[in-house]
Amino acid sequence: MKFSIQINEGPYQHQASDTAYQFAKAALAAGHEIFRVFFYHDGVNNATRLAVPPQDDRNVAKQWSELALENDLDMVVCIAAAQRRGIMDAAEAKRQGLDADNLMAGFRISGLGQLIEAGIESDRLIVFGA
Amino acid sequence: MGLLHTVNKSPFESNTFDTCLGYALDGSTVLLIEDGVYAATIGTRASEKIQQKIQSNNDVSFAVLGPDLQARGLENKLADGIKVVDYEGFVNLVAEHDSVQSWL
Repeated sequence: MKFSIQINEGPYQHQASDTAYQFAKAALAAGHEIFRVFFYHDGVNNATRLAVPPQDDRNVAKQWSELALENDLDMVVCIAAAQRRGIMDAAEAKRQGLDADNLMAGFRISGLGQLIEAGIESDRLIVFGA
Repeated sequence: MGLLHTVNKSPFESNTFDTCLGYALDGSTVLLIEDGVYAATIGTRASEKIQQKIQSNNDVSFAVLGPDLQARGLENKLADGIKVVDYEGFVNLVAEHDSVQSWL
């Protein structure tokens, strides 16, 4: 079955990103396909590569990145939510005249149309949030 | 099958659990995750409402995410009639129901 996942909460805020990650891993292990993971609202904060949590704690952004690269997942960050919160890829940082970018490997920035398409193309859309 | 409802807030913190119960129709399952697992603990008003719902409509099922129950030390305080599932069981519930409503 084809699943898509929407995440509305940032890392270390409460538990939504962790639950979504465990769900995604279990879905892949059960042989399901993940069509897309869409990061919306504060969920875009899961996509920064500049977070440095303590060594004995999980690195949420890195976990997602590794899962995406290992399983060829399409992980999309909402552009409007990302710009408000300072999540930038290199092209967007340049366009805005900024001196740095911070988007983690495995994520890409795009628009809400990607969420609508995920809802249409997937058998199930599951929302995790605050 | 009907809807899978997920509730992720404690019934002591938010009213999403109560709202969800009102919308849980025949064939649906209510899955308690994250702080929502507090609704599954014995001797609470929330778990009494679960018992009442089961008695009045036995076509609505209740499940709780085991890892979240254990993380809160509540595995020995589980009320009757609630099935414990792991993440694999969560995935199966999503696949078995027509759609998922996350009560956030």
